[in-house]
Amino acid sequence: MTTTTTTPSPVSRVRNAARANWLFIALGAVAAVSLVRILTDTNDLTSVGTIRAAIIATCPILMAGLGGLWAERAGVVNIGLEGQMVLGTWGAAFFTYHSGSPWVGILGAALLGMIGGLLHAIATVTFGVDHIVSGVAINLIGVGATTYLAEATFTDLEGGGPRQLIGLPTPTTIDRIPGISGPAADLADKHWFFISDVASFVAALTTKISLLSLVIFALVVASGWILWKTSFGLRLRSCGENPQAAETLGVNVYLYKYVAVLISGAMAGIGGGFLALVASSGFSTNQTNGRGYIGLAAMIFGNWRPGGLLAGALTFGYTDSLRLRDTHAVHSLLLLVAVALIAITVLRIVRKQIAGAVAMAVPGAALLVWFLSTDSVPRDFTSMTPYVTTLFVLALGTQRLRMPAADGRPYRKGSAG
Amino acid sequence: MTQESVAVELRGIGKRFPGVIANHDVDLTIRAGTVHALIGENGAGKSTLMKILYGVQKPDDGTIAINGREVALRTPTDAIANGVGMVFQHFMLADNLTVLENMVLGAEKLHGIGDRARAEIRRISDAFGFGLQPDVLVEKLGVADRQRLEIAKVLYRGACIIILDEPTAVLVPQEVDALFANLRELRNAGNAVLFISHKLDEVLAIADDITVMRRGTTVGTADPHTTTKRELAELMVGSELPSPETEESTVTDTVELTLANVTLADEFGRNLLTDVSLSIHRGEILGIAGVEGNGQAELVETIMGMRIPGGGTIHLGTEDVTHWHTRKLREAGIGYIPEDRHRHGLLLDAPLWENRILGHQTQAPNAKGPWINRSGARKDTQRIVAEYDVRAPGIDTPARALSGGNQQKLIVGREMSGDPVLLIASHPTRGVDVGAQAAIWDHIKRARRAGLAVLLISADLDELIGLSDTIQVILRGRLVGTFDPASVTPQDLGAAMTGGQAA
Amino acid sequence: MKSFNPRAIGLALLGPAIAIVASVLVTTLVIAAVGSSPGDFWSTMFDFPKPRSRVDIVNQTAMIYTAAVAAAIGFRMGLFNIGLEGQYTLASYAAAAFAGGAYLSGFANVFVSLLIAVAVGAAWSAIAGILKTTRGVSEVISTIMLNSIAITLVGYLLNKYGVHEGNTVHTTRIDLVSGWTPFENRDGEIWTLVIIAVLAGVGFWVLLNKTRFGFDLRASGQSETVAKASGVNPHRMIITAMALSGGVAGLIWMPALFGKATNFGLGTTFQAGLGFLGIAVALLGRNRPIGMLFGALLFAYLSVKSNDLTFATDVSPSIVQITQGVAVLAVVVAYEVVRRWRARLEQRVVAQELGTATEATA
Repeated sequence: MTTTTTTPSPVSRVRNAARANWLFIALGAVAAVSLVRILTDTNDLTSVGTIRAAIIATCPILMAGLGGLWAERAGVVNIGLEGQMVLGTWGAAFFTYHSGSPWVGILGAALLGMIGGLLHAIATVTFGVDHIVSGVAINLIGVGATTYLAEATFTDLEGGGPRQLIGLPTPTTIDRIPGISGPAADLADKHWFFISDVASFVAALTTKISLLSLVIFALVVASGWILWKTSFGLRLRSCGENPQAAETLGVNVYLYKYVAVLISGAMAGIGGGFLALVASSGFSTNQTNGRGYIGLAAMIFGNWRPGGLLAGALTFGYTDSLRLRDTHAVHSLLLLVAVALIAITVLRIVRKQIAGAVAMAVPGAALLVWFLSTDSVPRDFTSMTPYVTTLFVLALGTQRLRMPAADGRPYRKGSAG
Repeated sequence: MTQESVAVELRGIGKRFPGVIANHDVDLTIRAGTVHALIGENGAGKSTLMKILYGVQKPDDGTIAINGREVALRTPTDAIANGVGMVFQHFMLADNLTVLENMVLGAEKLHGIGDRARAEIRRISDAFGFGLQPDVLVEKLGVADRQRLEIAKVLYRGACIIILDEPTAVLVPQEVDALFANLRELRNAGNAVLFISHKLDEVLAIADDITVMRRGTTVGTADPHTTTKRELAELMVGSELPSPETEESTVTDTVELTLANVTLADEFGRNLLTDVSLSIHRGEILGIAGVEGNGQAELVETIMGMRIPGGGTIHLGTEDVTHWHTRKLREAGIGYIPEDRHRHGLLLDAPLWENRILGHQTQAPNAKGPWINRSGARKDTQRIVAEYDVRAPGIDTPARALSGGNQQKLIVGREMSGDPVLLIASHPTRGVDVGAQAAIWDHIKRARRAGLAVLLISADLDELIGLSDTIQVILRGRLVGTFDPASVTPQDLGAAMTGGQAA
Repeated sequence: MKSFNPRAIGLALLGPAIAIVASVLVTTLVIAAVGSSPGDFWSTMFDFPKPRSRVDIVNQTAMIYTAAVAAAIGFRMGLFNIGLEGQYTLASYAAAAFAGGAYLSGFANVFVSLLIAVAVGAAWSAIAGILKTTRGVSEVISTIMLNSIAITLVGYLLNKYGVHEGNTVHTTRIDLVSGWTPFENRDGEIWTLVIIAVLAGVGFWVLLNKTRFGFDLRASGQSETVAKASGVNPHRMIITAMALSGGVAGLIWMPALFGKATNFGLGTTFQAGLGFLGIAVALLGRNRPIGMLFGALLFAYLSVKSNDLTFATDVSPSIVQITQGVAVLAVVVAYEVVRRWRARLEQRVVAQELGTATEATA
């Protein structure tokens, strides 16, 4: 650190621009939601309650996605996230019950997820089994083991049954932060354009929020920092980009892949723990209900990056939370998506990308017609949102997505050169 | 050249893989401050030897001494610690990481991963004129820049013994010159450079010492100042260098294949082929000469219907086949010997008789209507194995178990079956032993006498001159000159291939 | 494939053998770990099944086997159709809804319903094929997404058009096709449409080994680039194989629909999860018709017999899910180990027979 330069290097300028882009997209999204809220008079769209529900729905998806990120950055596709997550739900319940501390429970969830990750690492890294095949098997084992273990260990407990365990202590909740929570909530109630929506977000983040949620958000930041700013992270990512090259430079590829997949399993396990301890009143079997897959989708949506992953998880979590609330609010959302698609259409026409414009215009128009001709959206359709969105993002944006170059490829030591 | 200290000394190195002896009794001495060339044919064991020296693979026998001290190189880390660095033929770079990240990977302790590393990269880059920018993504770099980055990676780790595996294979001539200038500077700075190649002109141009490998072992050394290309070549091959003998012309008046102004662009819109026009008559062999990577592969894949040209037309006989798909072209009688057997020619895990069917799935004797004719295919495989001397335990052996030469003979036999009208042959004798090479040449010549039209692509100029009726030179996706093999010399072709002169 | 030498057969059986040992071991350990008796468990499981269970095992084997064939069609050309679950859910709903409408009568109604199941399954999986060929979307991700969409869509359609009865909703009831009763009436019957599994297995074998299309499919699975150079149109092949796989998937639950269920109801009559079992069995049986038959039989046996556990032991029937999962994971690992070993062995054999071991292959 002997050189001090006054002009930022080109790359940091690029990074700053990227950061600014994310900020603009986030602000734009809030503004658009706000506009739709006012136009359709559905204040529930960004009420403190909705945002709080959205954060709770986001956290498990975020952890599954983070698990996917760690594994895939090291070149291992982990569709066993679902199984590792479901193992985490049991681990959280079991260890919380027996220790009395939800934090020990979370560690237990991480441990159980890690066991799932270890299985995946042994199969894919040591034995070179196809990553998808191993993931499918781990999901089978995860669901089976959880169901079996729950019946065997929870049936006779207080608050327990063969398929559930309720009444567990939960992680600390921060009730309010003086000086922020109150004013923010007041401001949110004013229903002003934009300002109230942001205030609502602030209020939700500072009032009655589980400490575990904050830990999870911190884990996203920490993961990003470790993966991109440390030499450990560089080595790990190099295993996902070109393991042969890493090997020729003296990186122990197997070791890094193992570490990455173990962390991946632990992350998914913590996501399962959140489901059991914070998002619901206790453990029940098959609690994950496909969230492992949604996490994977959020990661792809986010282009294998923590910022994008966060955006993806928030989008999916937000739609998921609306499903449980006012159907009118979801209906307003149709308008939002329609407007967004039409805006992209216009942008593409300006850029003379006609095929792309048509691809956007058709669903945009369809949604607009749907919005104008109906009064509500069936709940079933809301729960499809993450999946349909992911398919759309993949179909329209594959060229712009950049997954790790050696992701999912088998690698064997000594294959360099 | 004044320094006489020995940088690397290999004694009696041996390496066996299941069923294959890759190296045995290899002796090699590299002096510090020199460029040492290691030459040999494909499959002579050069690459294995280099992987041993770089610690990627462990030798079964022999000793390695570096700067006079015996060392055990178990991993690349050991090799790096002993000052050995390697530039692989297929670059070992991660496209999605920056120059800086690729550079510091595995060597983070030296200068960190931040501004200190950035400064060191600039220093190396400036010292040798590499022109590297630390924060650019590697995917944005061209081939020559990537190679310079690879060399810089080696220097960054403080290597003084630098191995380059076939570094010129992917370069255009100007880039080769620039590379050689870099290598001379490295040598003058006191480093030992080990240069692996099978291109004799380049070896003679750059090397201070030459060692020749054949069939897994070192067979001799040569002084570049006194030796000739022919002598080197004979050392490499181990016998009088065979070259196919030209026979009298069998060219007829019937045109079999015509390309008119064929143009092909890649996904970024850059032209891979530009206005390629050629015609081949029945009984004619048209040879295409060119430095690898100048559009030969693309030309073949376009004719074979694996790529669709952006402009121009292709006719087979009188039929317009420009937009025909591969299967239809094959059914029309095109035989195809691909450049890369494993990528385009064989199902490695399938038995030989199924590989006989491959590419001819719809044709007799392999198929009857929509059904596979198993007994017909098996019988015909027996015929090919006998006629083409494919040495295999049986036709149920998986193709993977065969040696490269025998795999190639199977392919040649297959593609000559069923009386093709046109044969597209990419490097038909590459990686094949001398005996098989002569046999393959005979088969091609016999088919030519029977009226077969052949498009022959080869890096072996003697093969091209000996077999072809006409030779065209391809350079950066254009046909830049036509030669008569009866009067042309390899030197003339070499000049045209590098853009020196267009006849 | 032709030469039956004992070593080759030994190697082929080694994988499954290792897997069975591993899954037995893990299962025993898990049972012992929670304090139950592995002895009770195994004696109950190995107890010869009662007539009723035998009938159930046959019926279940048929459905699992059909699912395995559907998965294997994709696997053999290197495609991961993880979407069987969604394909057969949607197809089963469509067929049940059509059959319930009784637009046709008797045999014609059954036959056309089956055609609809095939068409819907094929169309749904073809979406993934089209996304892959036109937009480069991995079929793994798209079929996972399509699974969830299909299941939600069926829920919606069922709610909107189904017959509501108390808390449940299902399609209109249909007339069953009477099956074959091998034992007494109370032991149930083997469904007529179990024949679908037989046809699927035989058809799969003939298609792969006897036809040009099958050759192209296998070639594409072994190497996409080689297949392309040999004249296979990779895009058409991907879409065809996906559609074929989905079409077969559409038939998975048909034996039960016309054999016992009479209607389609999520969480009631409809048996979910067969798609994933099919994938597991395809892996277990290495995508070979005979291997998958043993795999399907094993899985069906475990599932059906595990019901006896409730009465005879304190071990929960869900333990067999662990056994099944471990079997799949162990078998793929074992196959990989055996494959590496075999490759080395083959090279050595060839080198010995030819006596030339000097030529290195790059």
